[in-house]
Amino acid sequence: MLAYYLRLGLRSLRRNPVLTALMVMAIGFGVGASMTTYSVFRAVSGDPIPWKSSKLFVPQIDVWGPKSRRGGDSRNEPTDAMDYADAVALMRAHRATRQSALYQVSPSVVPAQAGQHPINVGGHAVFGEFFPMVDAPFRYGSGWSAEDDERRAQVVVISGKLNEKVFGGANSVGRTLDVEGRPYRVVGVLEPWNPQPRFYDVVNSGGFSTGTDDVFLPFNTAIDAGMPNDGNTNCSETPKESGFVGLQHSSCVWLAFMAELDDAAQVAAYRRFLDGYAREQQQAGRFAWPPNNRLRSVPEFLDFEQVVPSDTKISLLVALGLLVVCLVNTAGLLLAKFLRRAPEIGVRRALGASRREIYTQFLSEASMVGLAGGLLGLLLTGAGVAGVGWVLPEDIAALARLDVPLLLLTLLLAVVAAVLAGLYPTFRAARVQPAWQLKSN
Amino acid sequence: MSVHPIIAALRKHKAGTILIAAQIALTLAIVCNAVFIIGQRIERVHRPTGIEENDLFLIQQQWVGAPSGDDPAGAEKLDAKLREDLAALAALPDVAAVTPINSLPLLNSSWNGAVALKPGHGDFDGKARTTYYFADERLMATLGLKLVAGRAFDAGDVQHRAFRDQSVAPVAMLTKALADKLFPDGQAVGKVVYFDGGSTPSTIVGVVERLQVPGTGSWTNSFTWYSSIQPVRLNANFSRYAVRAKPGRLAAAMRAAVPALYKVDPMRVIDDKDGVRSFAEIRQSAYRADVGMAALMGAICLVLIAVTAAGIVGLTSFWVGQRRKQIGVRRALGARKVDILRYFQAENLLIAGAGTVLGIALAIGLNLLLMKYFEMEHLPVPYVLAGVAVVLALGQAAVYGPARRASNVPPVEATRSV
Repeated sequence: MLAYYLRLGLRSLRRNPVLTALMVMAIGFGVGASMTTYSVFRAVSGDPIPWKSSKLFVPQIDVWGPKSRRGGDSRNEPTDAMDYADAVALMRAHRATRQSALYQVSPSVVPAQAGQHPINVGGHAVFGEFFPMVDAPFRYGSGWSAEDDERRAQVVVISGKLNEKVFGGANSVGRTLDVEGRPYRVVGVLEPWNPQPRFYDVVNSGGFSTGTDDVFLPFNTAIDAGMPNDGNTNCSETPKESGFVGLQHSSCVWLAFMAELDDAAQVAAYRRFLDGYAREQQQAGRFAWPPNNRLRSVPEFLDFEQVVPSDTKISLLVALGLLVVCLVNTAGLLLAKFLRRAPEIGVRRALGASRREIYTQFLSEASMVGLAGGLLGLLLTGAGVAGVGWVLPEDIAALARLDVPLLLLTLLLAVVAAVLAGLYPTFRAARVQPAWQLKSN
Repeated sequence: MSVHPIIAALRKHKAGTILIAAQIALTLAIVCNAVFIIGQRIERVHRPTGIEENDLFLIQQQWVGAPSGDDPAGAEKLDAKLREDLAALAALPDVAAVTPINSLPLLNSSWNGAVALKPGHGDFDGKARTTYYFADERLMATLGLKLVAGRAFDAGDVQHRAFRDQSVAPVAMLTKALADKLFPDGQAVGKVVYFDGGSTPSTIVGVVERLQVPGTGSWTNSFTWYSSIQPVRLNANFSRYAVRAKPGRLAAAMRAAVPALYKVDPMRVIDDKDGVRSFAEIRQSAYRADVGMAALMGAICLVLIAVTAAGIVGLTSFWVGQRRKQIGVRRALGARKVDILRYFQAENLLIAGAGTVLGIALAIGLNLLLMKYFEMEHLPVPYVLAGVAVVLALGQAAVYGPARRASNVPPVEATRSV
């Protein structure tokens, strides 16, 4: 019977090609616009490390106190980055399963081949525990040990891209890389790895970043070498001493910190530790205010930092509005179309078709419109995703992509939308009184 | 013409009427807000930075193996390198002027602080937020700034210091916006200010008409025009040079700059992509998201209007087809063609009118929603009025075709069938 209804539907749709085209285009454009903006939204609001994000935490310590928030900020939030003294103290206490203070660097690397200009690379100074903590994927070698951290070893982990550029893609573990004029031994080469949002350093990347991190150096080694931070520095007062060392002695915040905590008990214990630490600082006279710490998991921290650009949300909202208008439009057109066939419905009902049969017939017609609209929507979504690079900042546009779930979702959305739009018109069609229709003709 | 028969007829088509009215209302709500967003973005993109943007470009580079500059000897060495670079760039045939500078408007790399009228105690409690520019005496010529009071820096004002050194120059220039904020009487020249809550006074020697801060994010909205300039060459292992090419020689000057710098010292990094950028490129990348958002909103508006118009055409056509006999009867009873045309036009006006009333409420509701969750301003009334006019005109335009066809129904239709 369904096949028969589909044939009937096709025939009816062919009878009014203009009306059919209008409905298909409305559904197609509505779905295309929604799915294009959704693909961007999905890309920027995704969890960069879903299997582990609930175990990774960002501690925040109130190093500036209430005075710094006088400007009407009622949330009483501590700074989102950390100063050097607190970052080092938390590393020394070592209360989490794994933890790392880190800061963004931008050293120059001199290729070994003669005649090549030096290049500038982005990266982070981290502790050895960083790599297993964030599940960084290694192609060759591995990270470095706690011992390397301790004795300020000149070792480096590089990206596959930099390995390609400097060592021609060979296994370079054990070879030497010139970073800022000092020799570093390569201990690991990463697989392509560019998590977005850059969850381990949201404060400096603003969430998204076009460049990959090409080098990871031991934190203590970088500090000793005087390799300055390349990211943001925020101060509530002028540092008393000048230079990078002066920055380390100041209350300016410029470091990120991440801790891995495996269960609720450990999280609670870490919170207690942070409060205890802040109280100690208060007693020592460094903080003149009671503990005001935060310990947010990665998803909570990304939400707190508002990494999803508001433009992305507004676009999605407006596109969904467009979809609703297209739905209302399709509902109106379907209503007109179905009611025009009242005599036909009357005949079918008089010949014994139940209301249920009428429902099946007209909803299958609506689904066909939906399917056709979905196919058009797929094309438009494809074009839209390919074209977002034209309207969005590079770092975000590069993240939007088409995949099978998105394609299936597009088709599903179109069919569901068309069936929704067809519900009321079908309800009206099923209520057609056979006797009245037969009499009037 | 009486409205009564129209309403009576519409009551027979409740669902269709409600659907069209709802569609018009939603269209109005979305179009108003989308066009408002477009308007805001266009206004943002077109605000002048205060600098002469043509023929201007920026070089950023980093020396390899250079001292950090944290010690005095290192700073001296870096300053010597900096001056060598400046001399090499100034000597290029297509270059008109060059200055070392820490940032440019729209570059999104800034050094922000606070400025106060009294010496502070080290905290950043100031009278106004400000962004610092550091450049030498060729700043005015290079950026094409307009001096409105006092004097520009001369070579004697210019100092040099390490990038992370906290000292403050004894003289400074401010933008007019910042000067007026600090000194409402308009007499800023000769007065003294304190930067970052410090205790070292800086005397204002001149005021420039306008100079936008480098940051373009919404966090800079409170101090977009509050720039201050100090006559300082900053010494670090990296540097930026703003270069003004001779008129029309921008491309040639940009091509010549990199080889000239490598000739001075090959041990440096000049990025292929970001090393040398014209100001037009800087502007484009700063506003890319805004232009994109405006384009996206524009595209959605167009689709929305097209879909709504098509919906009105479709549904009205259906009604016309349904009422052919009634139209024939009216014509047979003496109604003129124009009466039939007017009938459908009035019907549409009535539905669209109801839709716009609902639409205005929805538009304001959507605006409030956007204001609550995003940084959006109040939707100005002219946008709503323009939206209402557009939607009503759209309805009339869409209904004209079907209404014309209705008016062409011959009176003889009344006698057909039954």
